[in-house]
Amino acid sequence: MLELQSISKTFNPGTVNEVRSLRGVSLDLAAGSWVIIIGTNGSGKSTLLNAVAGTFFVDQGHIRLAGREVTKWPEHARAKLIGRVFQNPFSGTSPSLTIQENLSLAARRGRRRGLGWGLKESLVARMRDEVGRLNMGLEDRLENAIGSLSGGQRQALTLLMATWLRPELLLLDEHTAALDPKSADRVIDLTEQVVTREKLTTLMVTHSMHQAASLGDRLIMMHRGQILHDFQGAEKRRLRPDDLLARFEDIRRAEQLDESAALMLAEQYV
Amino acid sequence: MNLLIGTFTIGCILSLLALGVFISFRIFAFPDITADGSITLGAAVAATLMVRGVSPLLASLAGFVAGMLAGATTGTLFTRFKINPLLSGILVMTALYSINLHIMGKSNVPLLTVTTLATQSERVGVQLMGGATSFNLAGWDVSVRDASVLVAVALVVALTGVLLYVFLRTNLGMAMRATGDNVQMIRALGVNDANMVVFGVAISNGLVALSGALLAQYQGFADVGMGIGMVVWGLASVIIGEALVGTNQVGLTIVGAVMGSVLFRLLVAVALRWGLSPNDLKLITAVFVFFALVIPRFLRKKRLRNAHA
Repeated sequence: MLELQSISKTFNPGTVNEVRSLRGVSLDLAAGSWVIIIGTNGSGKSTLLNAVAGTFFVDQGHIRLAGREVTKWPEHARAKLIGRVFQNPFSGTSPSLTIQENLSLAARRGRRRGLGWGLKESLVARMRDEVGRLNMGLEDRLENAIGSLSGGQRQALTLLMATWLRPELLLLDEHTAALDPKSADRVIDLTEQVVTREKLTTLMVTHSMHQAASLGDRLIMMHRGQILHDFQGAEKRRLRPDDLLARFEDIRRAEQLDESAALMLAEQYV
Repeated sequence: MNLLIGTFTIGCILSLLALGVFISFRIFAFPDITADGSITLGAAVAATLMVRGVSPLLASLAGFVAGMLAGATTGTLFTRFKINPLLSGILVMTALYSINLHIMGKSNVPLLTVTTLATQSERVGVQLMGGATSFNLAGWDVSVRDASVLVAVALVVALTGVLLYVFLRTNLGMAMRATGDNVQMIRALGVNDANMVVFGVAISNGLVALSGALLAQYQGFADVGMGIGMVVWGLASVIIGEALVGTNQVGLTIVGAVMGSVLFRLLVAVALRWGLSPNDLKLITAVFVFFALVIPRFLRKKRLRNAHA
């Protein structure tokens, strides 16, 4: 479904702020698989998601999605195939528009927008159903501006918007990191429901080792712009949060070793 | 009384300017000062066409289209060539000064002997009144010409307002509003935000130019200098409108912009009556907008400080 062929991205090349965010990442995602991505800060996990979404063009490599070569497609063109939920609950919705206006925008994701009336009777009826299923009491507040809602409510709505038209690929970028624990649980519940019901191919970045261990059918661990581990099948199912923490500890030790080794060499030879 | 009617008429005409400024400044948060040039452009195109014998309605629509082209140019400078929005507007506005002179062929085109929307509505008005040239309204003597022009202008503004309201609730219009609100989201929903900005600034300047076309017909001439300071004027109207009706609903904000424009014109008329020199008008307007922008922020800070204390 999604095929990444050794993609690389360097930000601010040739300056002191040069960051090699992605260093030849390759990944092959089967249709319907739910891949969790974890990694240290700055490991490139969000950059990987943005590369797929088309926020920027990659320097090298190819991105194929649903049988199409999308490497050179601009962000808004890829949106036809991709649904997204961002880390920041404010990023996914338009605050001054009402709930129903936001949803009606999502109902035409990647389609032509003309002078047709945005809020058709049948569409609003479906909105009331679907928003009601969120169990947040929002179905009677469809005409309220989204700006008046809490982060959890907005994130639940963003998820609904991202999946209103079935996307070929769902991108979740730490979409519960900014929420309080209760809202985070609720949004994770909703995520699990929609991903399993619609059999969505999903890439999900998370900070939570608990989510990483309990969700998805494949887990990728990133470090310094590369994929370090790739757990699938039975191996993924056996993973516990403690195992993942142990892996992070390994990375930390390896880093320290690198540094002290460099120091030792410097002392001896310089 | 006739003075009052004239004030209302100009207020209504300039409310189209206010609607244009509302679209660029408020919906897109795009500080577009092309308007100073495009209001003259609308006047120049309409006046020149009418002098050549084109029907006033067609000439006004041509002014609208010319304004849209100017706005699209500004939008393109910003989106395609990544020029700062203010500078994009300044460039197009400056270029328009020469273009307007070329269109008119001189710095001022009089319309006193030409059929305009004003003379047409006067004729209809006189016919409806059975040939009378003035009538009595609550003890005041009102000229039929002035009254019928006001009614005609009010109809145009009402129609434009309704069309704009409907448009902003279509799929395309909602995508435009969301573009100004949250670019990241609208891209993720598959909208080319650059196109939206170009189109939105085009509509904005189309309305501004239409306002200029009507203004030229009302005052009886188009002048190359008539656009100076008009953006600030429109902004003042929008700010007053927001103070009157708030910013929560699109429909209300449109009504607010129109009300703000009329009210602002009324304030200006009163100030002039009290002896304010017309030379100081733009200075006073600028100072007014300054305070209108600063005071809300000042009040908010004060409220925050009180809340903490």
